[in-house]
Amino acid sequence: MSTLEIKDLHVSVDTPEGEKAILKGVDLVIRSGETHAIMGPNGSGKSTLAYSLAGHPKYVVTGGTVTLDGADVLAMTVDERARAGLFLAMQYPVEVPGVTVANFLRTAKTAIAGEAPPLRAWIKEVGSAMDLLRFDRDFQERSVNEGFSGGEKKRHEILQLELLRPAIAILDETDSGLDVDALRIVSEGVNRVKAATGLGVMLITHYTRILNYIHPDFVHVFVGGRVAEQGGPELAERLEAEGYDRFISA
Amino acid sequence: MATFHQHGDGPAASRALRLASFDPAAFEVPTGREEEWRFTPVAQLSGLFDPSGLVSDAAVTVDQAGGATIAVVPKDHPSVGTTPAPGDKVAAAAWQAAGQAFLVTFDGEAPSGEAGVTRLTARGGPAGQEAAPSAGLIVIEAKPGARGTVVIDHVGPAYRAGTMEIVLGEGADLTVVTLHQWAPDAVHVTSHRARLAKDAHLKHVTISTGGALVRITPHVALEGPGANLELLGLNLTDTGQHHEAQLFVDHAAPNCTSRATYKGALLGEGAHSVWIGDVLIRGGAHGTDTYELNRNLVLTKGAQADSVPNLEIETGNIQGAGHASATGRFDDEQLFYLQSRGIPEAEARSLVVHAFFAELIGRIGQPAVEAKLIELVDAKLAARTGAATTEMGA
Repeated sequence: MSTLEIKDLHVSVDTPEGEKAILKGVDLVIRSGETHAIMGPNGSGKSTLAYSLAGHPKYVVTGGTVTLDGADVLAMTVDERARAGLFLAMQYPVEVPGVTVANFLRTAKTAIAGEAPPLRAWIKEVGSAMDLLRFDRDFQERSVNEGFSGGEKKRHEILQLELLRPAIAILDETDSGLDVDALRIVSEGVNRVKAATGLGVMLITHYTRILNYIHPDFVHVFVGGRVAEQGGPELAERLEAEGYDRFISA
Repeated sequence: MATFHQHGDGPAASRALRLASFDPAAFEVPTGREEEWRFTPVAQLSGLFDPSGLVSDAAVTVDQAGGATIAVVPKDHPSVGTTPAPGDKVAAAAWQAAGQAFLVTFDGEAPSGEAGVTRLTARGGPAGQEAAPSAGLIVIEAKPGARGTVVIDHVGPAYRAGTMEIVLGEGADLTVVTLHQWAPDAVHVTSHRARLAKDAHLKHVTISTGGALVRITPHVALEGPGANLELLGLNLTDTGQHHEAQLFVDHAAPNCTSRATYKGALLGEGAHSVWIGDVLIRGGAHGTDTYELNRNLVLTKGAQADSVPNLEIETGNIQGAGHASATGRFDDEQLFYLQSRGIPEAEARSLVVHAFFAELIGRIGQPAVEAKLIELVDAKLAARTGAATTEMGA
């Protein structure tokens, strides 16, 4: 069982006009097995929350705490956070020319597990995860994210989620740019990992569409850099009917 | 009719018309504005323009003769001085200053495997005077039908103008690998001049990791029909280092093939690499097939890679002619992505650099050289990681 606890988190970014506050006191607790949907209008700070938790250097934490099972996440480097059990599926995965998917996956798994996976078992594990996510085997020889379609990038993020087996996953707009088939494949992947490992999920999305495939236990409406309202799945249905206007004008 | 295809802002003069001479007086003292010197810090070379100031010394030791016959011979030996004339002032000074030649001859088939490899170590000069201005001349000759491999490791201090002549007879098959590992302050400007007879095959590999300034100018004349040239280059350029390769591939005979692949990684403040790839396909060189590629990977801020491919074609009757040049950066976003998957920073950098060089290293075809290169890359990266840690701690 793992618990990610975010308390009164304040985050700023440097802009040409000076430091700009984006997150203004976020409180959130995510436990193993739970799925939390973070929903909100564009510019509300959803992605800033995701990248801040992963430790992107662009974001400066100006207040609050983040702990994973009591350990201070904010004191960790980016790679230490991943090894502690956090995973960020990015909205815009980064191209790494020359590094093959096969090499990347094996290196990441070795770093996170602390030892190289037994070769034969690993090849089998990667192969079956790739099949389930509808990848051709030759995909492994391509450079990481280079020339990938939007759908391939997102499926590749979920492939890593399946293989790296984190405690808590943050999915940042994983549904954006996916057609209905790809959305289903990706969602099945997330649900598979949840069932197998008891993954805790922070599902960041603008739309309710993905919630038809990945069912949230909790829904948080994110406006102006903090959680404006929270509830169960029924809150998502209200958002679908009413939109975000009610929160923005409030 | 000639078509001329050039990148960069240099003057559009045919490479065929450029001055070449064995007499250093024929060349003006470089100012740095000349086409062949425009990327080079010429001020550091002022002691290499005048042959009278250069001590002549072979300064080569034989670690393993392998399949070669090795001798120091006078310059009027028939095997010496048969390649094209020097193309710049330092190359001409190196030629004139050299009093004798270190001659490596292959006649027949070298034994297979490591035992057949000829291993030499080249230094900056006689013991105790390695850093004094010097000149050296190495001639590597493969007689018709001969096969051989030479690996020359350049080590220690140096302030040196060098010449390497490479001569391949009909059907000869030769691999020449030079490693420029030099001590940190070393300056080495070397002219490699080669000629290939009919159906000869040359694999020419240059590796630059050391020195303050290493400039290599391979000039290969494909003189016999069906000759085949493979040029491979790798540089790993750190803080304050200047690594330069200016190649000239002269397709003078029909149905010859040339492939040039140069890759460089730059990893420090003021690291500078230069690649200029001149390929000339003369009017009679029908059926030519040529491709040249330069790729650079910039790993840190403050490093610069200059890359200029030039392709000059005087006949329309060719198989193919192409070039590619690109410089990529290992940036903060790539580092973040790899780290976010648990991979520590130093390992992320190493992963990217090894991936960048893997295919090129695999093509050298000399397992001992390949292993040594991987070791060199690791050592360089480890040293940088150590330096970065110290900077952060300071």
